[in-house]
Amino acid sequence: HLTHTLTHTYLPPLSIFINNEWQDSVSGKVFSVYNPATGEQICEVQEADKADVDKAVQAARLAFSLGSVWRRMDASERGRLLAKLADLVERDSIYLATIESLNSGKPFLPTLFVDLQATIKTLRYFAGYADKIHGASIPMDGEYLTFTRHEPIGVCGQIIPWNFPLMMTAWKLGPALSCGNTVLLKPAEETPLTCLYIAALVKEAGFPPGVVNILPGFGPTAGAAIASHMDIDKVAFTGSTEVGKLIQEAAGKSNLKRVTLELGGKNPNIIFADADMDLAVEQAHQGVFFNAGQCCTAGSRIYVEEPIYDEFVRRSVERAKRRIVGSPFDPTTEQGPQISREHQTRVLEFIQTGISEGAKLECGGKALGLKGFFIEPTVFSSVRDDMIIAKEEIFGPVQQIMKFKTIEEVIERANNSDYGLVAAVFTNNINKAMTVSTAMQAGTVWINCFNALSTQCPFGGYKMSGNGRELGESCLREYTEEKTITMKMVNKNS
Amino acid sequence: IRTTWALITPEQWEPHLNIECCTGSYFSCWFFLFINNEWHDAISGKTFPTVNPATGEVICQVAEADVADVDKAVKAARDAFRFGSPWRRMDASDRGLLLSRLADAIERDAAYLAELETLDNGKPYAVAFSVDVPMVIKCLRYYAGWADKWEGKTIPIDGDYFCYTRHEPVGVCGQIIPWNFPLLMQAWKLGPALATGNTVVMKVAEQTPLTALYVASLIKEVGFPDGVVNIVPGMGPTAGAAIAKHMDVDKVAFTGSTEVGHLIQQASGSSNLKRVTLELGGKSPNIILSDASLEDAVEQSHFALFFNQGQCCCAGSRTYVQADVYDEFVERSVERARRRVVGNPFDLKTEQGPQVDQEQFNKILGYISVGKREGAKLMCGGGVAADRGYFIQPTVFGDVQDNMTIAREEIFGPVMQILKFKTLEEVITRANDTKYGLAAAVFTKDIDKANYLSNGLRAGTVWINCYDVFGAQAPFGGYKASGNGRELGEYGLESYTEVKTVTIKVPQKNS
Repeated sequence: HLTHTLTHTYLPPLSIFINNEWQDSVSGKVFSVYNPATGEQICEVQEADKADVDKAVQAARLAFSLGSVWRRMDASERGRLLAKLADLVERDSIYLATIESLNSGKPFLPTLFVDLQATIKTLRYFAGYADKIHGASIPMDGEYLTFTRHEPIGVCGQIIPWNFPLMMTAWKLGPALSCGNTVLLKPAEETPLTCLYIAALVKEAGFPPGVVNILPGFGPTAGAAIASHMDIDKVAFTGSTEVGKLIQEAAGKSNLKRVTLELGGKNPNIIFADADMDLAVEQAHQGVFFNAGQCCTAGSRIYVEEPIYDEFVRRSVERAKRRIVGSPFDPTTEQGPQISREHQTRVLEFIQTGISEGAKLECGGKALGLKGFFIEPTVFSSVRDDMIIAKEEIFGPVQQIMKFKTIEEVIERANNSDYGLVAAVFTNNINKAMTVSTAMQAGTVWINCFNALSTQCPFGGYKMSGNGRELGESCLREYTEEKTITMKMVNKNS
Repeated sequence: IRTTWALITPEQWEPHLNIECCTGSYFSCWFFLFINNEWHDAISGKTFPTVNPATGEVICQVAEADVADVDKAVKAARDAFRFGSPWRRMDASDRGLLLSRLADAIERDAAYLAELETLDNGKPYAVAFSVDVPMVIKCLRYYAGWADKWEGKTIPIDGDYFCYTRHEPVGVCGQIIPWNFPLLMQAWKLGPALATGNTVVMKVAEQTPLTALYVASLIKEVGFPDGVVNIVPGMGPTAGAAIAKHMDVDKVAFTGSTEVGHLIQQASGSSNLKRVTLELGGKSPNIILSDASLEDAVEQSHFALFFNQGQCCCAGSRTYVQADVYDEFVERSVERARRRVVGNPFDLKTEQGPQVDQEQFNKILGYISVGKREGAKLMCGGGVAADRGYFIQPTVFGDVQDNMTIAREEIFGPVMQILKFKTLEEVITRANDTKYGLAAAVFTKDIDKANYLSNGLRAGTVWINCYDVFGAQAPFGGYKASGNGRELGEYGLESYTEVKTVTIKVPQKNS
């Protein structure tokens, strides 16, 4: 029972959600869920494994069968259900923000004003698309009448990470359900709680049983079971590039299920001398430190044009020193803890590597506090492109600042990465902005802004940052199978 | 119905009627002009009566807008559209949210709106409540969803340029709507116009202004900025004409008769070349082949003609029946027409209410006379159905020939014409032999015949084995003199959009 910032008590669901029912795991196993601000256990949750995945797939397959309630439903009615879900999330947004903060360590106020709003807007956006997914009628050669249907793919497995649990749930459920699929969603083992509450709202909104199934559990067991299942038609994974590769291999080994991946990044943020310095410093700071550095979009390679380099470093360090690290429920807190002890350790190791490879530690560098998994905002300058901290994704509050001379040089250095998720450029010069944004091998390029994301805009990676796009109209094709129907005609006319 | 003077604020009395709804609560009935989210008297002070067609009695007087009031409304709409205004600065998704909230408010007040619609228009309450109002809600929700999805393109232009298009709103849109589906026509117009970011001056039909004005109060309630929607009740030749020839209205959308459609298009040409879309009349062919399921075809054809008292632009008013099944079809259609329940629209058993006003009533009776005179065979009905109100008996003519007046001109009443044909080629030619082209239908089980006919019929909508099937998702509009442009669906957004191409020089283009 949780009575944190609330005046009344909620009982969050802690079991597996299949067929609109709460079920214990087949094995009887449970796993612990922690509060990363204190390291203490919040509760235990039923742990899904292969047997539970099998059950869920059966339920999802049945809900998808020809003639089922879900298949017979008007597209506009699917949209109504998604809109209803959005309204319910809005109704319970304070509760959801509280649980999200408690479980993930994200500061409460940004969670309420950013994460929850993005979640609601994403669901509403895809609610609006449901009856606007158009096929085509096609002027084919020959005496034929041809048209295409955009059908749902079928049973979709969706595996989401712990850095934005609610938002990632909406990014996955929105398009999948809008297009008429049924879903198995595995939230991260670190952060299952808000996703399970969404399951309760899915039922309340009136989705038919089996359309949405939520399986809390671990990657190597439940996640792997989904990726290699012979009766799942598509898997969508957001997480590390390392695991993304495993998902793709599993799909190839099993039934060639369709795969979309949203993976890591080592994103370049390019600051020209003519940029608005205040804006650039603040945006670069938020760009790397937002969410305690735990963003696939983190601007973790900041290339600063030589003439302004020293001033930029000085201001960035001063800003980092001012960053308030503390309890997520303190309204002045800007930065909460890292998600777990394991991740905190990993980030601290990267920092050590940075120091030992010769980068200049300008501030921070250590763990903070005795309880929880906090790290000081850390800034490195004089970073070279061949250093580990310049090549590998740290996923923590560690900022790397590099120097560059010419636009051609920085384009080449920025693109010199296996990743390609986002990039940013700060300049007042229209030609530099057009040149750099065109040249970046990145799925999203920001000009004079950072982390400007919205549900209307397609988002995804080049190269090893993933494949496929989420959000916007683009993602609908990842959740549909296109069927061409050609009918013999008598006497075709234009 | 009681007229009361309700105190809204200490400074301001806002007169309106209070009408008791079947749910037991009281709702306001507004009868003023709605400009800038405020209620205004007509500058001239003139009013006109709106009448309950079931009884012929006046419901209330309504402020009558003329040229000066249209000017006021256009100014308000223009100001709401200025660069930097709250409406222009609003996120597209927020425009969508406002439309969604409007739909929710209409859903909340559905029972009352259906009552008011029936009172003012005469359509059976059961239909207003279970068809008209739900379709209004769905239309608004559909367009709410489009607001932030109507995307321009980026374009691989030749040369060192970066090129993209913006889908901008057209600007101030004049919208003139008819009396046959007052609420629904308002939604068909507001949905796409507001989703795409325009501002609106809407003239509602003088026969049926009340429900649109109530919706105006909801528009204000849910939070549309001042001046985005303005509603002016008034007459066509004055207020309507003022909109059509206004030098500061960017676009006019008109639904009504072909006769007035001609005038609107001419007015645009002689004023500022405002964009024009028209949804006009029809004389839609409904083709029954001998292999059709006859019972179903008879019922659907009956519905196709008689729905809404025959007052549909897409009414299936030329029923072509293949020779083999002609006699049985006529016999069954007559039997069905005789069974049609005409009566008090508030009686839930009623299928057919009164025609909307005296003028329509006289016109329809006139057509029935002409039909008889020109030699069509009157099979049933043909006369007045009650001694007050504007009720006409369900009327069926058999042995109708293509050159008869009742086969060529739009009657807009409960008068069915049944014609005989032999072959498919013949019926396509005869069906297309009309200046109209709004809708058509084919009843057959044969896949080749269905495709052949649906491809060959020159009509904006072709129904196969069904009639009057509408969805907010499906475009609707006319070929030829039935209009131009399409409403509903994604296509419905096009006429409310100006496409701007932006081309930026770049130092070096790469693919």
